[in-house]
Amino acid sequence: MSEVAEKMSPDPTKIGADAETVLDVQGLKRYFDVSPPFLNRLIERTDKAFLKAVDGIDFRIERGETFSLVGESGCGKSTVARLVVGLYSPTGGSVTFEGQEIGGLSRKELVPVRRRMQMIFQDPYASLNPRWRVEDIIAEPIRFFGLTNNNNETLQRVGELLQLVNLSPKDMEKYPHEFSGGQRQRISIARALASEPDFLVCDEPTSALDVSVQAQILNLMKDLQKRLNLTYLFISHNLAVVYHMSDHIGVMYLGRLAEVAPAKTLFEKPRHPYTKLLLDTIPDLDMTGRERVPVAGEVPNPINPPSGCAFHPRCPFANDRCKAERPEPIKMPDGAAVACHGVEEGRIPEGPISGIASQDI
Amino acid sequence: MADPLLKVENLRIEFPTRRGTLVAVDDISLHINKGEVLGVVGESGAGKSLTGASIIGLLEPPGRIAAGQILLDGKRIDNLPYEKMRQIRGREIGAIFQDPLTSLNPLYSVGFQLIETIQTHLPMDKQQARQRAIDLLAEVGIPAPERRIDHYPHQFSGGMRQRVVIALALCANPKLIIADEPTTALDVSIQAQIIALLKRLCRDHGTAVMLVTHDMGVIAETADRVAVMYAGRIAEIGPVKEVIKDGKHPYTHGLMGSIPILGHDTEKLTQIEGAMPRLTDIPTGCAYNPRCPKVFDRCYRDRPDLLDAGTTRAACWLYDDDAKAAAAVTGETAHV
Ligand SMILES: Nc1ncnc2c1ncn2[C@@H]1O[C@H](COP(=O)(O)OP(=O)(O)OP(=O)(O)O)[C@@H](O)[C@H]1O
Ligand SMILES: Nc1ncnc2c1ncn2[C@@H]1O[C@H](COP(=O)(O)OP(=O)(O)OP(=O)(O)O)[C@@H](O)[C@H]1O
Ligand code: SF4
Ligand code: SF4
Ligand SMILES: [Mg+2]
Ligand SMILES: [Mg+2]
Repeated sequence: MSEVAEKMSPDPTKIGADAETVLDVQGLKRYFDVSPPFLNRLIERTDKAFLKAVDGIDFRIERGETFSLVGESGCGKSTVARLVVGLYSPTGGSVTFEGQEIGGLSRKELVPVRRRMQMIFQDPYASLNPRWRVEDIIAEPIRFFGLTNNNNETLQRVGELLQLVNLSPKDMEKYPHEFSGGQRQRISIARALASEPDFLVCDEPTSALDVSVQAQILNLMKDLQKRLNLTYLFISHNLAVVYHMSDHIGVMYLGRLAEVAPAKTLFEKPRHPYTKLLLDTIPDLDMTGRERVPVAGEVPNPINPPSGCAFHPRCPFANDRCKAERPEPIKMPDGAAVACHGVEEGRIPEGPISGIASQDI
Repeated sequence: MADPLLKVENLRIEFPTRRGTLVAVDDISLHINKGEVLGVVGESGAGKSLTGASIIGLLEPPGRIAAGQILLDGKRIDNLPYEKMRQIRGREIGAIFQDPLTSLNPLYSVGFQLIETIQTHLPMDKQQARQRAIDLLAEVGIPAPERRIDHYPHQFSGGMRQRVVIALALCANPKLIIADEPTTALDVSIQAQIIALLKRLCRDHGTAVMLVTHDMGVIAETADRVAVMYAGRIAEIGPVKEVIKDGKHPYTHGLMGSIPILGHDTEKLTQIEGAMPRLTDIPTGCAYNPRCPKVFDRCYRDRPDLLDAGTTRAACWLYDDDAKAAAAVTGETAHV
């Protein structure tokens, strides 16, 4: 692990030297024990099994920026999000928020951090208490952190927050089950904004929303960001949304960062073969009749990941070195960082992999 | 042409509440043919999920079907006793819910749940059912399914749970699949895989699919026809290409215009100003009138039903013959 941390460039994404770092993630790891029960192990003579959901990643986010994580389902994005807000403790590495390392903090020590850092969860159903009314759900952080002087002010604030996400103050008295999926998602966004955080972790914040509400929420998020200088860690599989929102983007593959780059650079000049493939699979609104090619090859198993570069079984450029040696991120002159032997050796051609010109960028 | 597999006629869904009766779905009619994918899109809260839930008989009380009927293969299914409907559900209609957690029991491994469902509907012994479960998991793109089958729902990522739910819906080869946001939690490449799977089912088994989603890319690739819903009603319905490329209803326009497009650098996405009305105060006349850029006097007075609008049908007075005639006189076209 220390060897990994040393090899990593300390600031793969940082361009301006004087920007203030809000979040600094170094060598972050999280393994889950997914062993069969002890007795089965004894009988079947199997070893303990660990799933390396996040396996050594570094990135940092400057104040006022949006950093996005993209990558296939199961690659570890939500796990990173949960590590960052302290819901999981890291197996290795560190998460530093505004200069304070939060990895080892207790629940109590986390309280002041919590107000400044909020999370919008991927699953709006699981994250809202079904027995609470919307009023209590949104007012809870306001009351907990004592952000208002009296109950009237609190209710006023809850009403404003509801309007902010395009619901009505009258919705306060209802319970979560009385709302549609997208309406619930907006309630969790209102709740996340309630404590006036300056850093927001947004795990698929708009994927349950129709495009017009999505546009409203994304516009709202950008507007708040500008007005209040908010910093976002943003997760979405909708690449058009990611493109619209991000300053920097990290592409994850099987618990590692394949490529980190400024948003525009990543879309205009994807370097890592996996990034290229990911961009090739964007759904096509033009209805050219193009059948999307699902990324070929076996979807990898994080319990038993491929040796060397985890992408090698699916990569058209894989060679013996790729099978044996794990690539570490290498810094590019334009601020990108790419973990790929092929890129280092200059043998990955430019342009889309599939040969089909698929995005009109 | 053969009778449609699914027919929904004048469906109305109500919620009696202390504050009066809410009408969440108001007079919806649609059909789906064998082997066809009907996409359903529209504003959040428009009634898409409720429509789907009522078709599979899982409308939760106090919600109730207050009028209309639902026919599967020509037979009414909206008034069946619970036990009868339970057999149809799973065997003839497979459901993929928006919320993967309602379909998965956290206390049992996914394998247990799949095998149980398979054995409920198909004559298979445990070993065969387990093999089918593993095959299904592989088909929805779960890596190492023979190992993953014994894991519990919380050990899966959001997108993987969603795929397990899809596998559950496919267990018994249903004739009709109601898929409510099946690919919402999924990345684009898994999405492509699921869509390819749904299309294959339609082609090879004549399965019909009602696909509720916000993702226009998915609709464009998968659906044959699309229904656009707004405030509990169908605003427009027609062939997918026409609705997406050349929608006739002003709401369809607003919706399509809000889609972020890769490579377009805009500081602000186009949005439809205002919000969908709450169920308690739906405006008289056309429900879209407070937000509609084309609104005119009649829109405040009368509620439009679906009218012929060329290649699609749209619930908008712009396509009323009288309006068209009047517009022709003044030299304007009724085209939006
Ligand atoms: N139990 C309930 N009590 C009262 N109103 C309800 C209840 N369930 C749903 N509704 C209302 O019915 C309307 C339609 O809900 P539905 O879930 O069908 O929307 P939807 O079109 O699926 O939206 P989304 O895209 O956000 O999932 C919403 O306005 C919702 O608030
Ligand atoms: N509590 C847990 N116990 C065991 N394994 C877990 C746990 N949480 C996550 N995992 C595993 O870790 C991996 C990464 O999961 P994570 O939820 O971070 O993925 P993700 O990138 O957010 O995917 P998605 O796009 O589907 O939400 C997956 O293989 C998942 O099965
Ligand atoms: S390191 Fe090798 S296998 Fe991995 S992405 Fe680069 S070329 Fe492909
Ligand atoms: S009926 Fe009138 S208000 Fe409604 S969509 Fe048509 S033009 Fe707009
Ligand atoms: Mg996730
Ligand atoms: Mg819904």
